[in-house]
Amino acid sequence: MIDSPENSAPLVQMAGISKAYPGCLANDSIDINLDAGRVHALLGENGAGKSTLVKILYGLLAQDAGSIRWQGQPVEISSPADARELGIAMVFQHFSLFESLSVLENIALGMDADADAVLKEKIISVSTRYGLPLNPDRSVFTLSVGERQRIEIVRCLLQEPKLLIMDEPTSVLTPLEVNDLFTTLSRLADEGMAILYISHKLEEIRKLCHEATILRGGKKVATADPRVESAEGLASLMMGSDIPVASTRERNESGEPMLVMSGLNHPAQDQNGISLQNINLSVCAGEIVGIAGVAGNGQDELMQVIAGEVLVSNNDAMHLQSNAVGRLGAGERRRRGLCCVPEERLGHAAVPTLSLTENVFLTAHHRKALRIAGLVSYRRSRKFATEIIDRFNVQCNGPEALAGSLSGGNLQKFIVGREILQAPEVLVVSQPTWGVDAGAARAIHDALRKLADGGAAVLLVSQDLDELMQISDRIGALCAGQLSELHVTTDVTVQQVGLLMGGESLESTANSSSAGVAS
Amino acid sequence: MNEILILTILTIITAATPLVYAAIGELVVERSGVLNLGVEGMMLAGAVCSFATAHYTGSGMAGIVAGMLAGVLMALLFAFLTLSLQSSQVATGLALTIFGVGLSALIGQPLVGIAFDGLPSLNIPLLSNLPVVGQLLFSHDILVYGSFILVAAVAWFLNKSRAGLVLRSIGDSHNAAHALGLKVIRVRYCATLFGGACAGIGGSYLSLVYTPMWVENMSAGRGWIALALVVFAVWQPGRLLLGAYLFGGISILQLHAQALGINVPSQLMSMLPYATTILVLVLISRDRGRIRRNAPASIGQAFHPTT
Repeated sequence: MIDSPENSAPLVQMAGISKAYPGCLANDSIDINLDAGRVHALLGENGAGKSTLVKILYGLLAQDAGSIRWQGQPVEISSPADARELGIAMVFQHFSLFESLSVLENIALGMDADADAVLKEKIISVSTRYGLPLNPDRSVFTLSVGERQRIEIVRCLLQEPKLLIMDEPTSVLTPLEVNDLFTTLSRLADEGMAILYISHKLEEIRKLCHEATILRGGKKVATADPRVESAEGLASLMMGSDIPVASTRERNESGEPMLVMSGLNHPAQDQNGISLQNINLSVCAGEIVGIAGVAGNGQDELMQVIAGEVLVSNNDAMHLQSNAVGRLGAGERRRRGLCCVPEERLGHAAVPTLSLTENVFLTAHHRKALRIAGLVSYRRSRKFATEIIDRFNVQCNGPEALAGSLSGGNLQKFIVGREILQAPEVLVVSQPTWGVDAGAARAIHDALRKLADGGAAVLLVSQDLDELMQISDRIGALCAGQLSELHVTTDVTVQQVGLLMGGESLESTANSSSAGVAS
Repeated sequence: MNEILILTILTIITAATPLVYAAIGELVVERSGVLNLGVEGMMLAGAVCSFATAHYTGSGMAGIVAGMLAGVLMALLFAFLTLSLQSSQVATGLALTIFGVGLSALIGQPLVGIAFDGLPSLNIPLLSNLPVVGQLLFSHDILVYGSFILVAAVAWFLNKSRAGLVLRSIGDSHNAAHALGLKVIRVRYCATLFGGACAGIGGSYLSLVYTPMWVENMSAGRGWIALALVVFAVWQPGRLLLGAYLFGGISILQLHAQALGINVPSQLMSMLPYATTILVLVLISRDRGRIRRNAPASIGQAFHPTT
């Protein structure tokens, strides 16, 4: 694969890269070298300039200053097509997929190939080889986030690139899938591919990467060998100061059941949806209940049912405190104290083309007095938005900034903050820290803990097992639309949760109280 | 009776053909993510230019070409405003219709009251001599044959060709398409001009065949029905053909019902095609999955290539 081992020029040399946006210097004279056969980590908080840097490398943005060399030759990368021509492929954090097209068609578009039987065969062979199961004929809009990410990865692998850029690829994968992916990536690196790996998960980087470049505030602050450096060391380089260790909280065992689902059934909405079967769940005041599961096992459906976006046929299947709410709409549930943070930030949790002030109004007007005589009070909404921005340290252009203009992590902080500051009695959150850096994730976790300590019931649906093990008091898993028994988190191991996610039960190891509901 | 039936079917074909042209063009435009509400205006421009050219040159073919070019010019104006200058597609489309109505009336002033011979029928040798079938299927003018070929070609283009896949992807998400390096603006220009050409030909058919003369505002809302037909067809060419013939049939039905002495107020009958449109649109929007698969998600949105 490698033409001449003597040729010591790195595959990619980026030198003195600078890029300014109005009011902020996103990249300030950054140097970075990528070598064939190495996995190079790019570390940094949200807004550190990682995305800008890789966008420049992938031809989506033009740098203001600096040069790029490819195999020692100076190159102009003015479009993604140029980048692909050179042999650069990228897995995006926000997938650039076409919802109405099939998996096959999406991949064909990204590869300048025809959507024919030959390509279909290739997709099936690559996806099985790397443990990324995909049905080429499914329409993308029927797929979960995790499944969509597989499309992106398979699409890149099919191009047999020399450099693979991965922007937070593991955030929606299970531990097993992460292991498989790492095996794949290591193999690819051994075969001579350069991999630029962006992640906030320090443990991952230490396991996988050969070298790390750390960015902070648009500047390169350090390079490190992640196999030698400790996670704490990397984190402090990234944050610029030591981050506090997670506080363990005492589980409150005496809370009243706040959100109770008993024998809830809900048939699939379309042929590719998941049917929820006999869901029994009780979340008590003062506790955090975690729901694990691989994407596409009914999480979306469960969120919709709880939020009231779809109504179940049996009103009594779901109780909020002591009232049956199965047939109540989303607004009425909010009014009664049930707030939700759905998985998709843009388009579901927030309207990208509306300002933060307007987005605040959309979900908060039920509980906060943001309406006056049926009219929107912009003054009060703005005040609430400003409060969220201050309390959750959201980096943005003030309360009038468009939701779509915020970076993923900042928007997530804003959305979670918006629901928490409404002081809900029950908060249901899905994937609250997906694509969020370590500092912001810590802030969100602390806020959830504090909310629970204050007597609220918190239900956390996540695919990040570390997160679930860290902050939930009891844990269960969804598998094919069925919810396992809940177990006290401190009584189970990650491996046991893995079993639950696979639809097994833990009866043999029943040293934990699985009944769970406080008497 | 047989004669009446054949005659009815033949008139349905004449009524449906302009709808097929205008709608299939708009279908391609919408699939690329552009909503051009100016179909009515483009049809009228096509109709008047086509009639004027055919009248002064005596050639129907020249008329068709002129109608097509008129539609393209109108579409070019629309494309420049909405794609290059990023004006609102809805407002610009409405303005294009109003502009087309006025412009065609101005151009057509000296042509009012003049008749044209119509397009010659292309009798397919032997086949057209068959009883009944020959008359029904094999002795039409070139535009009727052309309409079927066009629909088949568009269906193939959209579903089988790579260029069609690119066009659909741009209609689905222009940002994702841009991220892949696809030429969003260029493809949308091409689609919009194609839509203009088709609407122009549809207009030609009205003034050269359907009623071979120029009457002010002669499209009489067919541009709007074409727009509704695209939704009716859920952006699928095959269903569009079906829909065009259904609407063509209903509009002919009202004429024949009067001729046969069925005692229904004529106003009610002439309302029928439009009422059917509304009814059908309501029914069609119940199938969410099909719409999700076929509706262009980024329709009507301006594309800023900077993001």
